[in-house]
Amino acid sequence: MTRRKDFILEAEDVCKTFDGFKAISNLNFYMDEGELRTVIGPNGAGKTTFLDLITGRTKPDTGSIRFGREGIDLIRKNEYEIYRLGIGRKFQTPTVYTDHTVFENLLLSLEGSRGVFSALFSRVTSEQRDRIHEILKTIGLSARVDAKAGSLAHGQKQWLEIGMLLAQNARLLLVDEPAAGMTDEETAKTGELLLSLAGKHSIIVIEHDMVFVRQIASKVTVLHQGTILCEGTVDEVQANERVIEVYLGRKHSHN
Amino acid sequence: MQKTISKGELIAVFIVALIAIVVVPCLNCFTPESSPFHISDFTINLWGEYCCYAILAITVDLLWGYTGLLSLGQCLFFSLGGYMMGMYLMRMIGSLGQYHMPIPDFLVFLGWTRLPVFWQPFSSFPFAMMMVVLLPGALAFVFGFLAFHSRIRGVYFSILTQALTYAACLLFFRNNILMGGNNGFTDFKFLLGFDTRTAATKRGLYIASALFLLIVYLGFKWLTATKLGKVQRAIRDSENRVLFSGYAAANFKLFVFVLACVVAGLAGALFVPQVGIINPDQMSTDKSLEAIVWVAVGGRGTLVGPIIGAIFVNALKSWATRAYPDYWLIILGGMFLLVVLFLPRGLVGLAEHTVALWKRSRRQPEDDPPEAPAETAATAASQIASK
Repeated sequence: MTRRKDFILEAEDVCKTFDGFKAISNLNFYMDEGELRTVIGPNGAGKTTFLDLITGRTKPDTGSIRFGREGIDLIRKNEYEIYRLGIGRKFQTPTVYTDHTVFENLLLSLEGSRGVFSALFSRVTSEQRDRIHEILKTIGLSARVDAKAGSLAHGQKQWLEIGMLLAQNARLLLVDEPAAGMTDEETAKTGELLLSLAGKHSIIVIEHDMVFVRQIASKVTVLHQGTILCEGTVDEVQANERVIEVYLGRKHSHN
Repeated sequence: MQKTISKGELIAVFIVALIAIVVVPCLNCFTPESSPFHISDFTINLWGEYCCYAILAITVDLLWGYTGLLSLGQCLFFSLGGYMMGMYLMRMIGSLGQYHMPIPDFLVFLGWTRLPVFWQPFSSFPFAMMMVVLLPGALAFVFGFLAFHSRIRGVYFSILTQALTYAACLLFFRNNILMGGNNGFTDFKFLLGFDTRTAATKRGLYIASALFLLIVYLGFKWLTATKLGKVQRAIRDSENRVLFSGYAAANFKLFVFVLACVVAGLAGALFVPQVGIINPDQMSTDKSLEAIVWVAVGGRGTLVGPIIGAIFVNALKSWATRAYPDYWLIILGGMFLLVVLFLPRGLVGLAEHTVALWKRSRRQPEDDPPEAPAETAATAASQIASK
């Protein structure tokens, strides 16, 4: 296959086995710059493992994962090097610094130097402060700026973690189940936020909530048993017989 | 946004430091022994040791309370600093030892007639001080580099530090490394020309220890308020998030670990001339565990806590080992259990809690603000439930 120049992410023939269990098998995934892509799939389909592979948390057994126009090989890099290339990740369970204030959480996530010695003498500039307040407004946490992140409600922690990705100004955002534990209203607002970010950033969203998927999705990838079952619009995917069989069908039988 | 140190705290620190560094030595020096205000040479010497223990405790807390690294080997670095100072002190004995030879007694006993090569530069105080910093620092760097870059975390890190300490302890028990074997170094006489056995030198060493404790306290206060300090606590709370925020967590941990070990080494170097002995017992594993108890009792994750804990537990030890010598370890263990079960934040946490309770009980009669929001929350909950 000839490489198209404008892929932000391309994964080819990726395999990953955990103790004989094939979490990812022969996965081929291509994504355009600025795209908002939703990845769905039943439990154990390999969604989170896929994000782990992109972010360097685990290494694939075979295959390649390349990032950006330059085609940077992500497999040889570790977590923080991959972050520094411009890939940010929101975890499935909200992962924020519980003992730090909301402000400090965002401050630690702002783009800038990551060195040990620069951290000794760095001071908060007024631009940084403005940027943090701008983000706080976006994620609706302005009133909680000095609250400890550990005291936030579950949904607010999710928003804070999304805010931390915004602070980072990443080229590719990997967002694992952003709507989990949110009210319908919060979910809709999260969807709007992600839509407003698409274009400027490339975003991969992993989600279970089909209403949410319908709200945000331009293109949906369905994962099943570690490989891509089909790709297309929400309607196409929902009409696909194999998808109905393995995913939606099973969901219907539960109801 | 956040100030390094509040005004009230600064005043409190200043007052305590003034008493410890100026008033106490004056009471020792200028009051007659019959005076009720007199502080004996013995007490001054004891408090000098407490100050060194307090510094050791702060370094334990910088790692454990602030970075989530439970190091069971801080006494090793403390002892290494002590040994380096000890080598200098041994050289300063000159020919005044039992054997009246120009080399330390234990070397004579082992059959040496000339000074081993690696002992020779220790006649120089600047060289010895350099080694006080370099040896613990270099060991911490190598050990930390390997441990942190191999992603050894949590209890595995603790076990490794304990193993390292035990190995070093066994090594120092051996006579053939020419470090004094199980007797270690003792019978010191001079430090920079001052006789270490006189009251004036002991007072000087006490002042130096208290001053160094103050510097370490203020230095760490500043450090923990910097961005580095924030990253440090972030590593403690969520190391994954730190990695996925682009920080090389291993490098931050290494920096803090080396710093803590160097400071512990310096504390050990101040400790040895005051107690007059250093031997491998000082780096046995239970000494490191004792330092953990000081921090837990005082209050983990605060900088005052370890100081209070170290002084409180050691003062208790001084009293208990005289009054009930057989029961000291039971008292220590019992205290640790009590703190773990009932005082997760130690004495500092207890004090904060008491102050908060007192403030609330004073405020209660005038107006009842805590009651009101609780009520609305309860009604809201019942409304949701009824839906």
